[in-house]
Amino acid sequence: MTVSEITLPTTQPTRSQGYWSNVWHKLLRDRVSVACMIVLALIILSAIFAPLLTSYDPAVGSVVQRLKPPFTEGYILGTDELGRDMLTRLLYGGRMSLIMGILPVLLALVIGGTLGTVAGFVGGWTNTIIMRATDVVFAFPSILLAVAIAGALGSGLLNALIALTVVLIPPMVRVTESATTQVRSLDFVEAARASGAGGLTIIRVHILGNILAPVVVYATSLLSVAIIMSAGLSFIGLGAKPPTPEWGLMLNTLRSAIYSQPLIAALPGVFIFAVSLSFNLLSDGLRSAMDMS
Amino acid sequence: MTDQSLPSHAAPALSASSLNKTFTVRGNGLGKPARHVHAVSDFSFDLPTGSTLGIVGESGCGKSTTARLLMHLVEPDSGQIRLSGEPVGTAKRDLKQFRRKVQMVFQDSSASLNPRLTIEQSITFAPMVHGVSAKEARETAWRLLDRVGLDPARFAGRYPHELSGGQRQRVNIARALALNPKVVIFDEAVSALDKSVEAQVLNLLNELKAEFGLSYIFISHDLNVVRYISDHVLVMYLGQVVEQGPVEQIYAAPRHPYTRALLASMPSADPDQRTMAAPISGDPPSPIDLPPGCRFAPRCAFAEGICNTMPYELRHGDARVRCHISDPQSGHSKAEAAQ
Amino acid sequence: MNTPLLSVKDLTVQFRTAKGPITAVDGIDLTLERGEVLGIIGESGSGKSVTMRALLRILPEAKTTISGNLLLDGKDALSLKGRDLASYRGGDVSMVFQEPATALDPVYTIGTQIAETVRRHRKVSRKDAQARALEMLELVRIPSPASRLGNYPHEMSGGMRQRAMIALALAAGPKLLLADEPTTALDATVQIQVILLLRELQKEMGMATIFVTHDVGVAAEISDRIAVMYAGRIVETGTAADVLKNPKHPYTQGLLSSTVQGAKPGAPIKAIPGMPPDLAQMPPGCAFAPRCPLATSTCQAAVPDLRTQGAARRVACVKVEEIA
Repeated sequence: MTVSEITLPTTQPTRSQGYWSNVWHKLLRDRVSVACMIVLALIILSAIFAPLLTSYDPAVGSVVQRLKPPFTEGYILGTDELGRDMLTRLLYGGRMSLIMGILPVLLALVIGGTLGTVAGFVGGWTNTIIMRATDVVFAFPSILLAVAIAGALGSGLLNALIALTVVLIPPMVRVTESATTQVRSLDFVEAARASGAGGLTIIRVHILGNILAPVVVYATSLLSVAIIMSAGLSFIGLGAKPPTPEWGLMLNTLRSAIYSQPLIAALPGVFIFAVSLSFNLLSDGLRSAMDMS
Repeated sequence: MTDQSLPSHAAPALSASSLNKTFTVRGNGLGKPARHVHAVSDFSFDLPTGSTLGIVGESGCGKSTTARLLMHLVEPDSGQIRLSGEPVGTAKRDLKQFRRKVQMVFQDSSASLNPRLTIEQSITFAPMVHGVSAKEARETAWRLLDRVGLDPARFAGRYPHELSGGQRQRVNIARALALNPKVVIFDEAVSALDKSVEAQVLNLLNELKAEFGLSYIFISHDLNVVRYISDHVLVMYLGQVVEQGPVEQIYAAPRHPYTRALLASMPSADPDQRTMAAPISGDPPSPIDLPPGCRFAPRCAFAEGICNTMPYELRHGDARVRCHISDPQSGHSKAEAAQ
Repeated sequence: MNTPLLSVKDLTVQFRTAKGPITAVDGIDLTLERGEVLGIIGESGSGKSVTMRALLRILPEAKTTISGNLLLDGKDALSLKGRDLASYRGGDVSMVFQEPATALDPVYTIGTQIAETVRRHRKVSRKDAQARALEMLELVRIPSPASRLGNYPHEMSGGMRQRAMIALALAAGPKLLLADEPTTALDATVQIQVILLLRELQKEMGMATIFVTHDVGVAAEISDRIAVMYAGRIVETGTAADVLKNPKHPYTQGLLSSTVQGAKPGAPIKAIPGMPPDLAQMPPGCAFAPRCPLATSTCQAAVPDLRTQGAARRVACVKVEEIA
């Protein structure tokens, strides 16, 4: 081998902007996405730092102060049917609602993503078995299935979590599988095989990086669904139990106040709506930011 | 180098004997029968060390399947591939060793590079799979980038989409060379490039071949390019080799009616000497469920009864032809008289 | 009639992109007589396909600015709107695309697509339109045309699809046929058949044709005149024989000497160094200057005009007299 010797410079070569930093910059240029990220950041941070933002106990109320309208002295957002501070309960409630919305999606992302990647990459019978099993679960309407599973397991947060995860896995499998199948047929995967790389190396280096974009977009859009479903389970009594503050559960317990204090009764719904919508719009923004030409 | 049994110098760099590959399209069980795609049938060749073998043919002739068979990306139904005279084993270790020696450059320069990896990462991937240290792999990558005409300081950290088609194809060539192979297969590697860029890349390939002691298999539909770069040429039609031999002999005196038609189909490039009649009509048929007999017969002007049987590949000097006309004993009315 | 069929003056096409405007076609002039075949040769990014799309008025209006003059048969084609534009596209001018697989609608049969086109441009009954469709398939020499009418595009081979595409383009009897690399995607033995077919049909029907290709050989087979484009500008025009046998512009010379056709096997090809300029960052003056062996500082001073060099020959190079 006779190649002209060239010395490696000590400085790093001009390195182009990576894909993800490019996506991030594009996202920052999209006003809607930025607004959504601000809304989500505010809600998430205020849920985390709830004890610092309010001095009330979310579980303790005073019967005298029941159903005060918003902007009452001492209660900025009023009080609920048991005289507990609404703002406090909404902040603390965010903790449970966000965890119950985000955790099942993350679990589904890991479990469904793994299954989908394997199905897409290996193909053949493995694919048939995984995908047909997925189809069976997919055949049920998701919210009914979640209710059925949570009902069968018994009410409680852990069971609701399991139910939601099971429901979210099939769509995750499908999206990952189709993305993987697409990438697998590209020449660079063939080239990697032709250079002697094993399956796991190819998945790690060549598949994951390329399916991440569509999968992350989809997971973000699932977040908005999961938030609503988890609130739904709590609303019908299959999730959080009183007096735990949780947006879905709060909607339920405030039903009786719908005529006397409609504003108060709607507040948890407004939060669910804001979070769900933000995730949804953010997923759209991500999609167009990731669409590289 | 791990294999100690160095073969004699006479052994071809790569050779294949009687390769067969049929893909089966499954029936649906509702009366739609299974169908067989004869991708490659009875395929044999030798690639002498240091030479270039051109493979030409139209769509559906099995060029790309051939490349994938030779790369062991697709396993043949039967037949054998030898690297420097040694049969290639199918065990994982053997294949990994084989792949150090035989590399491939694809047609689509953009699909053959991972869009999420920098140029440097793409080139260092294969050496690192084979246990080369990151530092060493990086040095190789930089040296090769420089050699294929891309300034490493400018290009190593870039992503494929920031490069032009010609530049990307240079990266693909560098990547193929990173394992220090003996044989490189080019599957329509210059077909998508502009003519002026194509010329640059062809010049580069000729230089690299001498410098690195490579042997090439060059698959293309462009007869001019194949004539320019090849020492030997092999003409395929519907999964079969119809004619092969030294490039000048084939181009100057084609024997098979298909080779003749293919060569006569080339545009003339001289406005005063235009082609007046198409050498053959119709499209190449699909390679599904082929009838027995000569596969070119349905489009051949000289087809007669005997052509319903399969002709053998017969030697004519340095060339080999698969046609009853070239076989004095075939009984074809136009058969060449025995010498 | 002395007015040419097509007269293009100073046609400029700009695309608005996120990174600022890009001039894809930069002030080109073209004239085409009735029944004449003009071949446009160029590499990717030379603006040849954009020119064709500008002539057919199918560039997306929201993203493009077209300026200059475009007269077809004395009619100002750039000001056409609505119904007039619809009858211009496909009626007066029609196009054969590179990929018949994507240019034909996969959900309609070939017969339906041709008949629809006929009915869009002529007031005829459904039955007559069908008859015309059959006639067209016969014209492009598709075997057993009557049964092919009922075929969907995916049921046909590549060559048959391209013939069907040509039948579709000619169905309304256009005055000008635009062919954008119509044989590039075809196999060698099929390509020559389609070139010969286009040549015969062009003679029979007498429509003017612009044939875009990157393949010098294909251009030689079909063109009366040839225009060579580089980086959005025409650098040389003339009769096919003049341009191909006696190229005067350094780019044309480079392009012809860099083909492998006739090159001595193994010997280095005289390739043009470098690559075409990025249209977003055009060099000053002559766009070819950075790759040109003859370039001097005068080449960077201004974009050279297309200057007449003998009969029907025009070359845009300040050095043309020296090359001779």
